[in-house]
Amino acid sequence: MDEGRAPRRRVSPRLWLAGGWLLLALLAAIFAPLVAPQDPLAQDLMLERLPPFWMSGAEPGYWLGTDSLGRDLLSRLIFGGRIAFVVAFAASIAACLVGSTLGLISGYFGGWADRVISRVVDVWMAFPPVLFAILLVAVLGTGLSSVIIAIAVIDWTRFCRVIRAETMGQSRMDYVENARIAGYGRIGIMLREVLPNVVPSIVALLSLEMGIAVIVEAILSFVNLSISTDDPTWGGIIAEGRLSIHQAWWVLVFPLITLILTVLSFSQFGEALKTRFDPVLR
Amino acid sequence: MLLQRFLIRLLTMLVTLFGVAVVVFVVIRVAPGDPIAMMLPPGATDADIARLRALYGLDKTIVQQFFIWLSGVARGDFGTSISLRQDVLGLVFNRLPATLELAIVALVMAVVIGGTTAIVGARERGTAVEAGIDIASGAALSIPDFLWGLVLILLFGVLVPIFDISGRVSPQLDLPFATQFYLFESILRLRFDLTWDLLKHMLMPAVALALPLAAIISQLLKQSLKEVLDLDYVVLTRVKGFSETQVILREALKNAALPTLTLIGVQFTFLIGGTVIVERLFSYEGLGNMAIDAVINRDLPLIQGIVLVFALLFVLINLTVDMMYALLNPRLRHG
Repeated sequence: MDEGRAPRRRVSPRLWLAGGWLLLALLAAIFAPLVAPQDPLAQDLMLERLPPFWMSGAEPGYWLGTDSLGRDLLSRLIFGGRIAFVVAFAASIAACLVGSTLGLISGYFGGWADRVISRVVDVWMAFPPVLFAILLVAVLGTGLSSVIIAIAVIDWTRFCRVIRAETMGQSRMDYVENARIAGYGRIGIMLREVLPNVVPSIVALLSLEMGIAVIVEAILSFVNLSISTDDPTWGGIIAEGRLSIHQAWWVLVFPLITLILTVLSFSQFGEALKTRFDPVLR
Repeated sequence: MLLQRFLIRLLTMLVTLFGVAVVVFVVIRVAPGDPIAMMLPPGATDADIARLRALYGLDKTIVQQFFIWLSGVARGDFGTSISLRQDVLGLVFNRLPATLELAIVALVMAVVIGGTTAIVGARERGTAVEAGIDIASGAALSIPDFLWGLVLILLFGVLVPIFDISGRVSPQLDLPFATQFYLFESILRLRFDLTWDLLKHMLMPAVALALPLAAIISQLLKQSLKEVLDLDYVVLTRVKGFSETQVILREALKNAALPTLTLIGVQFTFLIGGTVIVERLFSYEGLGNMAIDAVINRDLPLIQGIVLVFALLFVLINLTVDMMYALLNPRLRHG
């Protein structure tokens, strides 16, 4: 990886591809009722397990084939994207708000606040995250809000740990001391001086977290604990595909490709943002 | 100095475990839905339900229940599973070896793959080989174990069906084992036919777990190696006429390994956390798979037991790594 010493770097093609894919998937999800070729819930046993368009036996209008109940795979993927993106944005922002706030307090004030918050983070890190998520959704009851809450409750520590460390570093800088001498209050300094300097890290983490949230949502719907079973989800389609893998491989392959592209795109963005904002690398 | 550090860490570890116990206890008891009503046939009377609630101690307050459970745990009694009607500790110990074997095989793979690519990358630094390793490790790192598992199922379960993608061992086999550590025991008993069957089942889930960790090891170790390779004493070795591979293996590796070693410890706990869903994916009969069933069946005592065992495993690994770091790091050793 080049160290990027040039003052203004051109956006890499990888970033263009990542952005292009996310934009495409997001637009398809937003306008799902307009762009989906079929009703994602319509079952037709005459059309069960149709192969994708390039294989013999495919039906026009069912581009990626159908599942064992004759439901159109492409339409289900498009509608599944709605849940994936809602969860990705809502859960990441919630985790970010909780984690960054606690990290900022912990890193800036230190003392007993830091000790308490760090102990809680230790406890959280001792849970297997996937099991914790499954447990929380089982407790809260399946549904979109449960999934979002569960992911936020588990992943706030990612933000907290990083922001705490960054805040500690920033607090030792001269500019913070100058602000103190100039007579600003502690909370004022934290919000006006320290926070803007850790925002780049927060944004980079947020992008990475969105990819993680998409995966966790897929895992939850894979074990049938996400939202109601009627609505198509990427993880739910994968679960169907895993069962009928020897009869209809496409039911597993297409959601898998969708998930991999989405996760890779989010992490590309996160990495690029990290490099762009990092004063050492820049 | 070292003992003091150890005792402090031990104390923090106990506090962490207590915290985990409190959190999981509170979380599963605010759950709606009565686990007792679920285990009885539809015709059960209120008296039946009340009797069973008392039997499982569910008629007491949450605080009372917690301390009853905790005093049991202190005596090694984790209670009785509601769905399987067996001793929780027995169930957990029955499944834990399968998960440990899977995690250890995955860890060994990750170290071998990550270590090899790091050494090759450091030797070929600045070439297309290094760039290729960087791209591969970047992809391996960004894609989580769940997705790797699915990719492997497609590749080696369907496209080229050479590995088993379901279960721990072929069901028709006669197993002569005395413990649940099937893989290790099959090697000790020289039953390599069974070892092969176990490996054929274990390889895919283990690779899925190993790939992200291998990528992290590869990236960090390569970075450390490249830094060390520019130091004077290494240059001196090179001048003495050793080949680049010899220089790396004889001189650079032992000085570059410490940061990677610490990282492996932390990442190993993430790997163990990943076994939960990967075991599910491959229908592998380990602790994680049982945990998901326990959650679906609302088996409170079993969930508590499993989560606590996972937490214990995590803090023990962290403790071990911390102590190893203290022993190996000269600055801490003499400090």
